Amino acid sequence: MSAALLIDILLWGSVFGVGLIAFRRGPPVFKASLREGSMDFINIVPRIALGVIGSGYIAAIIPQEVITGWLGPDSGWLGVATAVVAGAATPGGPVIGFSIGTVALKSGGGVPQVVAYVVAWALFAFQRVILWEIPFMPARFVWFRCAVSVPFPFVAAAIAMVIGKP
Amino acid sequence: MSDPSLKDPAPAEDADSEPRPGRVRKPIGWSTIIIAALVAVSAALVWRRDGTDGVLDILTHDLSLFGGILPRVLAGCLLGAFISEILPHEKVSRSLGPKSGLKGLLIGTAFGAILPGGPFTAYPVASALLAVGADFGATIAMVVSWTLIGYGRAVAWEIPIMGTDFTLWRILISLPLPVLAGSLGRFVYVRLYPTPAAKDDEN
Repeated sequence: MSAALLIDILLWGSVFGVGLIAFRRGPPVFKASLREGSMDFINIVPRIALGVIGSGYIAAIIPQEVITGWLGPDSGWLGVATAVVAGAATPGGPVIGFSIGTVALKSGGGVPQVVAYVVAWALFAFQRVILWEIPFMPARFVWFRCAVSVPFPFVAAAIAMVIGKP
Repeated sequence: MSDPSLKDPAPAEDADSEPRPGRVRKPIGWSTIIIAALVAVSAALVWRRDGTDGVLDILTHDLSLFGGILPRVLAGCLLGAFISEILPHEKVSRSLGPKSGLKGLLIGTAFGAILPGGPFTAYPVASALLAVGADFGATIAMVVSWTLIGYGRAVAWEIPIMGTDFTLWRILISLPLPVLAGSLGRFVYVRLYPTPAAKDDEN
């Protein structure tokens, strides 16, 4: 897929760019950060392995239909609240999250509810939190960030209600 | 907690590149234990439902996914390490620290929006920013901005699946959220931890 290739090019290009800046500060700086980065990598790999392999099993026991069911045509704030829970509970990657959103839109789900779902999924999808955020960030930050983010799918739904459909 | 870089014979010339503060490197924490327990229970449920084949199918699929992700994780770690090495600490704590105000939140938001790559870059870089003096507020703004208005996921997944109209409209709605989340984070943080760790304070 070309988007993935583009992401890889941008990614390694950025690594090369900041690496060059570090190198121009002198080889010791460069070597120190290279060692730091490699140590981080070695330390993170077991947790990423647990996350990647584990989330497959967790996803397998959460049927997708359950999530879609939560995103029914239930309108109003109750619908928004269910959408937020559905977003957090959605297993799998972006394809699944956005596909569920599209299905909900096509099958009569309200636009503010779908916005709340997509925003909640972006903010708290448990799989991304488990797989990526917790291994890399201090755990205290992750819980704090999630707690502080709770109001925002509701804010997004409110804005969507005010400004109307796309 | 043992910091691996302490075990290395520290070369005399980078005496000032002390182990980065705030960098958490615990191979096993309670989060890991909870996740491992969740995974074990889920795997057992899959085994009961689908038998050994079901378990192996998921394992093979996820192992190949893991293999594909590894180089990107390495890139993310290197990016984080280089960034935390080349960013001047005082400047970061001035422009992204607890006293950076709205400007700090806006810088965090802009940084999250332009950051290339996926979660394998966003979180190592966010972690590096925390380590060199950004506060929770600015880092929250950055992470939320990356996840809500970053172009990476929008271009690769959201536009193809949900359509351009919905995506642009959703991003428009999301524009104020990173700054709001960062402000709320700061507001709660100073009340939750009234005496911030001395190293985070102005020094």
